[in-house]
Amino acid sequence: MTRRAIFDNKLLPYLLVAPQLAITLIFFFWPAGQAIYQSLLRQDPFGLRTQFVGFENFTTVLGDPAYRGALGITLIFCAAVIGLAMLSGLLLAVTADQQIRGAGVYKMLLMWPYAVAPAVAASLWLFVFHPSIGIVGRALVRSGLHWDFSLNGAHAVILVILATSWKQVSYNFIFFLAGLQSIPKSVLEAASVDGAGGRHRFWKIVFPLLSPTTFFLLVVNVIYAFFETFGVIHSLTRGGPSKATETLIYKVYVDGVVNLDLGGSSAQSVILLLVVITLTAIQFRYVERRVHY
Amino acid sequence: MRALRRAHWLAHLVLIAGVAIFVLPVYMAIIGSTHDLGTIARGELPLTPGPHAIKNYTQAWTSGEGERVRGAPVRRWMLNSLVMALAIATGKIAISILSAFAVAFFAFPLRMFFFWMIFVTLMLPVEVRIIPTYKVVSDLAMINTYQGLIVPLIASATATLIFRQFFLTVPDEMVDAAKIDGAGPMRFFWSILVPLSSSTIAALFVILFIFGWNQYLWPLLITTKGELHPIVIGITKMIGTGDVQTDWQLIMATVVMAMLPPVAVVILMQRWFVKGLTESEK
Repeated sequence: MTRRAIFDNKLLPYLLVAPQLAITLIFFFWPAGQAIYQSLLRQDPFGLRTQFVGFENFTTVLGDPAYRGALGITLIFCAAVIGLAMLSGLLLAVTADQQIRGAGVYKMLLMWPYAVAPAVAASLWLFVFHPSIGIVGRALVRSGLHWDFSLNGAHAVILVILATSWKQVSYNFIFFLAGLQSIPKSVLEAASVDGAGGRHRFWKIVFPLLSPTTFFLLVVNVIYAFFETFGVIHSLTRGGPSKATETLIYKVYVDGVVNLDLGGSSAQSVILLLVVITLTAIQFRYVERRVHY
Repeated sequence: MRALRRAHWLAHLVLIAGVAIFVLPVYMAIIGSTHDLGTIARGELPLTPGPHAIKNYTQAWTSGEGERVRGAPVRRWMLNSLVMALAIATGKIAISILSAFAVAFFAFPLRMFFFWMIFVTLMLPVEVRIIPTYKVVSDLAMINTYQGLIVPLIASATATLIFRQFFLTVPDEMVDAAKIDGAGPMRFFWSILVPLSSSTIAALFVILFIFGWNQYLWPLLITTKGELHPIVIGITKMIGTGDVQTDWQLIMATVVMAMLPPVAVVILMQRWFVKGLTESEK
């Protein structure tokens, strides 16, 4: 898209884009290039010699059972966050979209958790589910369950999922609500007149019309589960116990920042980069479709 | 009519349950911040507030030091977070609106190339370039500085896209009129474009403030000194290994204070917040 009436200064536009481009080049393109370059190198443990090894880092990473474990855990988180946060968000949005008393107040009370940082959400849930001091944690222990997320991997996974999804429900709620409000009321009234009941109206009209929103949220929730869980995991479990909550992104951090394995960590970064590119591409295909819609 | 009333009753039930699940952990944090260490460590935390609120909040705010916790004053962490959030939001808006102005209102060689360069950064989140970006920042001697915390985060493809999208809806006649009146491009920008964009700017500001306040991975790498941590990192450092005998009352007071600014922004600026969120993701 271009416009007819434009300014014809020669130098000014370059000055205007310069700050953005400088930051983009220095902090995005150069490091991303370095990540790709380093993923093809191997450094000895003392950082004295580096050697070009082609795709060896990738084959090592992909053949590593710990990496596949982290992939599995990431996918579990994705599925759980999508299941929990999207379904609850949809249920709440559909309910709040009705004409009931206090709908505005409910909407406000369901939106604010979006503003809570993932790591802060984690500390809230830690305090509630702590086996010796948390109100729910103690109840679970009293009920005979050996609830202890610092020792039991499954418990740690459950706690991370709860803390992660809790915050994301708000996000999904806001988007589903916006989607619902863009459905013309006349369509629903017409269906009512034709005798369609509530459930029928939802599945035959509302849900199909919401599908662009649903699809968009699917992509966003996957990205969220991939990346934003870092704060929750780092403050709650540090990837433990015994790697039970080590996701792909947490592993990049541990291997690169803690274990200083540059080649391996860069290879993992590049793999994640491919994931992001794929997801963004999928999302933009959807946006394009919506523009034509 | 009775069926309708029952449906409403059910709707209230669902919504109240939703609100309760959101509120419960926050309520417990508030309760925890009003009791003393002993009550919490013994596992005797009641559901009602205790008498130590003022003491706990003052202690966290001014020193951040408890019996076990060796933190920094929360007021310092809050200041760091505030500086970071404001600078990121302002910086992102400033550089994005300028580059969007260039791309939308000028014809120059490489215009679309620049636009795509900015666009592609959407696909390069900090997580996929952790170590090399850290290296760049350390080469520039920006570790443990506000600049290091802020500058690498202020490039924004999303904000640029939104401003460009909005600028394309500004009618050509407006540009013509400004030209006839003898306004140069920067005069047009300041006197017409910026005021026209005010609601977009407000909406973006709310979203970006929250984004900046809640940053985690980047500050974790860049700030190694306690007094430079944003509050979100500070909380994790206070919790440490999450022992029973740590100063939970101080940690929870800090958690409550850490949530206040972004939550207040969402509640007070709800309209801008929803607009910013739903538009920035398009």
